[in-house]
Amino acid sequence: MIFGPIPAAPDLHRAAPGPTLVPMDLPFFTDRWAIACGTGFYASGLLYGCWSVLHRRRHSRIASYTFMLVGWLLQTYGLYLRGQATHSCPTGNKFELVQFVAWSCTLLYLAVGPAFRTSLLGFFSSGMAVLLGVVSLAIPAWDSASRTRPFGDDPVVAIHASLALFSYGVFALLALTSLMFLLQHRNLRQKRSGGAFALLPSIVELDHMNLRLLGCGVVLLAIALGIAGLHWRGHPDAVAPAKLIVTVTVWLCYAFALGQRLLQRWVAQRFAWLCLALFLAPLLSLGIVSSPRRPDLPAPLPAVRAP
Amino acid sequence: MTAAKHLFLLGANHRTSPLALRERLTLTPEKGAALAAALRATGAVAEYCLLNTCNRVELYAVSPEPVTAQHLLAEFCRIQGLAPADFAPHAHQRRNPAAVVHLFEVAAGLDSQMVGETEILGQVKDAYAAAQAAGTVGPVLNRVFQKAFHAAKIVRRETAIGEGQVSVATVAVSLAERIFGRLRDSRVLVIGAGDIAEKTAKALRSREAGTIIFANRTAARAEELAREFAGAALPFARLDDGLAESDIVVSSTAAPEPVLTVPMVDAAMHKRASRPLFLIDLALPRDIEPGAAELPNVFVYNLDDLARLAEENIAQRRAEIDRARALLTGRAEETWQKLSPGSTSDSPQ
Repeated sequence: MIFGPIPAAPDLHRAAPGPTLVPMDLPFFTDRWAIACGTGFYASGLLYGCWSVLHRRRHSRIASYTFMLVGWLLQTYGLYLRGQATHSCPTGNKFELVQFVAWSCTLLYLAVGPAFRTSLLGFFSSGMAVLLGVVSLAIPAWDSASRTRPFGDDPVVAIHASLALFSYGVFALLALTSLMFLLQHRNLRQKRSGGAFALLPSIVELDHMNLRLLGCGVVLLAIALGIAGLHWRGHPDAVAPAKLIVTVTVWLCYAFALGQRLLQRWVAQRFAWLCLALFLAPLLSLGIVSSPRRPDLPAPLPAVRAP
Repeated sequence: MTAAKHLFLLGANHRTSPLALRERLTLTPEKGAALAAALRATGAVAEYCLLNTCNRVELYAVSPEPVTAQHLLAEFCRIQGLAPADFAPHAHQRRNPAAVVHLFEVAAGLDSQMVGETEILGQVKDAYAAAQAAGTVGPVLNRVFQKAFHAAKIVRRETAIGEGQVSVATVAVSLAERIFGRLRDSRVLVIGAGDIAEKTAKALRSREAGTIIFANRTAARAEELAREFAGAALPFARLDDGLAESDIVVSSTAAPEPVLTVPMVDAAMHKRASRPLFLIDLALPRDIEPGAAELPNVFVYNLDDLARLAEENIAQRRAEIDRARALLTGRAEETWQKLSPGSTSDSPQ
C-alpha cells in the first residue's frame, strides 16, 4: 500500500498530514512490500527449519537467526512507514495489530534466542511470524483504507497501546515455548529420540522461560491497563465497556496462570497446556481491542487512504 | 584335539528372550554356585565359563563326551526353577565353530543391544577371570577367550563399529540434558554399586553434574564411591530423603524386589515442587516399579529403553557390522581349525 495524500480535518483521532511515505530511491518499496518481504524472510527461516527437522540435521543457528533478523528489520521498516503516516504507533487496524504482535514476538526471540545453545526457538518463532504475516496480508479487509489513530494525540495512551500489544507479543512467544515444552515432554515420556526435535531446549529451561515470559507479560499488561485506567478516569467515554472487560479478563486469565504456577498448583505439562490454551484469549480479543472508543460515539475520520 | 569338537554354548539374551524372562534368568551367586556344582557333578563337562550380565546369561562348556545341549539345558532349567518347555523357545544354542564365532561377536560388541558398546568386553574378561580363578577353564576355553579378546581389539581398530555415543551411560546423560539442560545444578543419587551405575556416574560427572550422592546397602562401599567421585554417602535407610532432594537417580542394585516403589516416588514428587525427576533403572530385575513412569513430571528409563534409543542413534554403526563380522568369522574359524585340525564347521543348532 502506498500512502496517499492525507486529508486535513480537525479531528483528534485522525492523523496529521504528512509526506508520502515512499522512499525516493525505492519508489516500489512500500510499507506493505517491506512487510511482505519480511514475511518472506521469516518463511525462508521456517523452510530452512523444516528441512533441518525432516532431514534430522542440526541446523545452523546463525542462518536461522539471520533470516529472522532480516525479516524483523524489514517488518520494522514497514511498520515505521505506517507509524510515520499517523505519527503514532502503527496499531490503527487489525492488520497493524497482528503485525505488531508478530513484531514483538520476533523481537523477543532475537533478544532471548541466542541464550540457548541448541534450540529450535527460531524455527517456531518464524512459524508464528509467517502464520500471522500471511493471514494478515491475505485478508484485505483487515488493512482497511480507514486507518485511524485510535488513541488520539495523547502519548500516554499510545504508550498504553504499545505496552499492551507488546505484552500480547510476549504471550505469543509464551505459547511457542509452551508448545516446545509439550513436544519435548511428549518425546521424553514416550521415550522417543525426537529426531531434530531433540535439539529443543531442555524442559527445565523451557519451564523457567515460560515462567519468566508469563511474569513479564502479566507485568507489562498490568502497566498498560494501569495507564489505561488512569486515562479512563479522565475520559470515561473514550473506552467501550466491552473492550475494558475483555482486556481486564485477558490480564486476569494470565495473572491466574501465574498465581497457579507460583503456588506450584499448575506445573510442568499442565502449566504448558494452560499457557498454550490461554493464548486464544489475546488472539480472540484483538478485534475488540482494536476498537478505539465507545461504538455509540461518532467514528473517527479516515487518516490515510490506499491509492 | 577331540575335545574341541564338543564346545557348547547355551544361553539367553536380549535377542532371544523378553525382559521379564531375563529377569528370572539372572543368576544370583547362589544359583551360579549351584549350577557349577551341577556341572561338576555330571562329570561330562571338562571346562566351562559362565557369562552372566544384565542382558545375557551364557554358558560356554567343553566336554570330551558328546553331551547334548539338551542335557545342559535341563540342568540350567533345574537350577533356575524353570520348566524346560518354557525356557527352550527363548534359549539359544551353538556348537563348536558357531559357538566360537558367537563369543567373538559378543566380545566385540556385535551382539550387544547397543552395537559396538565396550562394556561387554570388560564383562567377558571378568567372566573369564572368574572362571580362571575357579579353575574351570582349560586349554580350549583359554585359547578361545584370549583369541576373542584379541579379535575384539582388531575389530575396534579396523572398523567404525565403536564410533559415536551408544553406551547406556552416555545415552542416559544425553537424556538428562534434554530434561535439565546444563547439569551443573543437578543433584545425582546413585543407588547400588553396579559397574554400569558407576560408569553412568562418571559420565554425569564429565558433564559437570552437581553433587553425586551414593547409597548402598554396604555403607563402606557407598563411602568409597563418594570419596572417588568427591560426592557424599547416604545411608540406605534414608533413600526417601535422597529421592526428594535429587534430580537424577541411577539405580543398579541386585535387589530381587523394586527399591523405589510408586508411593516412594510419589511422596518425593510432592516435596519437589515443579522440578522433574529422572529415574534411570539399570538393574535387572528392575529397581523401579514401572508404575512410577505414570507419575507427572517423572521420567523413567530402564535398560531396554536406553538400548532402544541408542539403537536409533547408531544406525550408521550397523553399516559396519558386516565388515566386522567378516573379520571375526575368519578369525573364529581359524581359531577353531587350530583347536580341532581337520574338523569341518558345524552349523548352529
